[in-house]
Amino acid sequence: MTSQTAHAEPSDATDTDTDTAAIAVDVDRVSKIFRGETEVRALDDVSVGIRKNEFFTLLGPSGCGKTTLLRLIAGFEPPTMGAIRLGTRDISRLPPNQRPINTVFQNYALFPHMSVAQNIAFGLEMLGKPKAEVQRTVDEMLHLVRMEELKNRRTSEISGGQQQRVALARALAPHPEVLLLDEPLSALDLKLRKDMQIELKRLQHETGITFIFVTHDQEEALTMSDRVAVMSAGKILQVGRPRDVYERPAERFVANFIGESNFLDATLSGGTVELAAGGRFEVRVPEGVRDGAVSVLVRPEHATVHSGEPGEGEIAATAENVVYSGEATVVHLRLATGEAIKIRLANAPQGGEAPPRTGGAAAIRIAPGAVTVLRD
Amino acid sequence: MSKQAETPFPPGALEREAEIADTRNRWLLSLPAIVIIVCAAAGPLLVMVVYSFLTPGDYGNVKWEFSLDGWTNTIVQRDIFDDTLIWADAHLSIFWRSFSLSLITTILTLIIGVPTAWFVATQPPGRREFWLFLVTVPFWTNLLVRTIAVQELIRSEGVINLILLKIGIIDAPIQMMFTDFAIGFGMTYVYLPLMVLPVYAAVDKLDFRLVEAAHDLYAGRWTAFRRVILPLIKPGIIAGSILVFVPCLGAYVTPRVLGGGKNLMFGNLIELQFGAGRNWPLGAALSLMLMTAVMVALIFYVRITSREQADG
Repeated sequence: MTSQTAHAEPSDATDTDTDTAAIAVDVDRVSKIFRGETEVRALDDVSVGIRKNEFFTLLGPSGCGKTTLLRLIAGFEPPTMGAIRLGTRDISRLPPNQRPINTVFQNYALFPHMSVAQNIAFGLEMLGKPKAEVQRTVDEMLHLVRMEELKNRRTSEISGGQQQRVALARALAPHPEVLLLDEPLSALDLKLRKDMQIELKRLQHETGITFIFVTHDQEEALTMSDRVAVMSAGKILQVGRPRDVYERPAERFVANFIGESNFLDATLSGGTVELAAGGRFEVRVPEGVRDGAVSVLVRPEHATVHSGEPGEGEIAATAENVVYSGEATVVHLRLATGEAIKIRLANAPQGGEAPPRTGGAAAIRIAPGAVTVLRD
Repeated sequence: MSKQAETPFPPGALEREAEIADTRNRWLLSLPAIVIIVCAAAGPLLVMVVYSFLTPGDYGNVKWEFSLDGWTNTIVQRDIFDDTLIWADAHLSIFWRSFSLSLITTILTLIIGVPTAWFVATQPPGRREFWLFLVTVPFWTNLLVRTIAVQELIRSEGVINLILLKIGIIDAPIQMMFTDFAIGFGMTYVYLPLMVLPVYAAVDKLDFRLVEAAHDLYAGRWTAFRRVILPLIKPGIIAGSILVFVPCLGAYVTPRVLGGGKNLMFGNLIELQFGAGRNWPLGAALSLMLMTAVMVALIFYVRITSREQADG
């Protein structure tokens, strides 16, 4: 967890550790500008290297450009600037039907006039595979997504979850080098979504295909991905393993978008921050942050709180609100500086140490390494 | 049903009463429609059926004597000299002309109309209405006026001939008026919107993400069209074809103006029986024949589409 965190800045075009593994898709300084009545810069000088056999997720709020990047990789739109390479081959100008890349569409886009099996066979037929091979691959795919019994159904006669699996099978059947998934789980209900998350991981593992997954759901991104790219306003803000982007977000936006956050004022001087509310912490200083006033992040579950006066290395606060929510209790506190902070305590069996009471004095202990300096 | 406990009525009684009232209301509400159907459709049709089995009157109209001549005369006729039955060649050639010209017209409107509909449907929403308006403008113009406009184009001193003469492609005007070509040309022009509109509606409904999916799965432009687009807009194409083919079969004004007295079509033949021919039973029989042909085509269409819907 030392140098894994990578920042996609225009200055260092790709993240530092992609050189270690073979690159499947190389997005090289790509911009996409939609010219209409107003000019929209959907992608702004984006560079990222997606490794072979990787489950890579593009995460961001709607309108951040993640779907545009996916459509560019698929070939539905050409990049305005920059290049997209498959391995070392430039595919920026190839039409979608000449790219060994398949897509699972957000609404599945299954052909309504074909059966489940015909849908899955479509790509193979287009590639001119012999009939017997098409038949065999279709059966394999039906087995892979556990849809053998419904192979002759029309796509309108099966449930959303089943359509989802057919869309997956259809995209996997031609065995593409890269599979693109555009928010494929967003239309499913929670339980089905959880099941499909595991299913997708299994499929990716079994097929060994590079998955590029687009979502706005941070939990989905964290649970499924090998690496995540957090996007906002047409830029990639940070690329890294789920743990890195969660625990070591580089920017306030990333910290805010992924998980719950406390932002506190602090002063940085040579690798140590002193919180305005008190307490000194050793920190890792991200590139481009100078000594002086900074903003730091503390995750709610990375600190504890107890009632009473603060001891050594603890911060005094007043409990304003205590909310029990089953597996945890969330304590909302006010620091001496007037800053608000919330802390999430895992609930112990009854009889354990009680959380502070509303309105009572409390002491906060922040775990070592839990303070992250943010680039603003 | 959950309110059973609160009502003093035996279970189901209220529902039954409501059902009876419902049925009564439904009949009352559909009465105007029934009256219109009986007066405007079923009634006249019955008159036609009855007339087709009567004897022609001397000055038009009918005599109330049963006769099958109206029906037999549609395809055979008695030789004037020896009274033997011979094929009514004139009628048969008119049937054939009607059928073949209608078919050709349908094909031409398909060739012109499908790309037009595609073009309009793929315009940005603001401009789409404008193009759609242009397509429908001829609808607001009288059919006769439109047909005469076509005549202005193709007559010997018409626009086309004048231009061709001027630039020296031809030495003498081409005879286009009063030919089958003129009828086909006119009908294609007149009925084109009937093809464009249903195809437009089908293309408009088409989910273009499916086309993207086809390209994504290695289909080229032509294959994507054949395997994905065409099957999905087929209902529109079939509807358009029937909307063109059926009125073409019975077309009257266009063949009359552009085809002249010689190149008759079915509609003109029927008109002739009620006019100069003074043979109302034959006219009625011909009308019913035409209607049957149209009905067969429609039943065929309904069966195709309903089978497809049953399939998914």
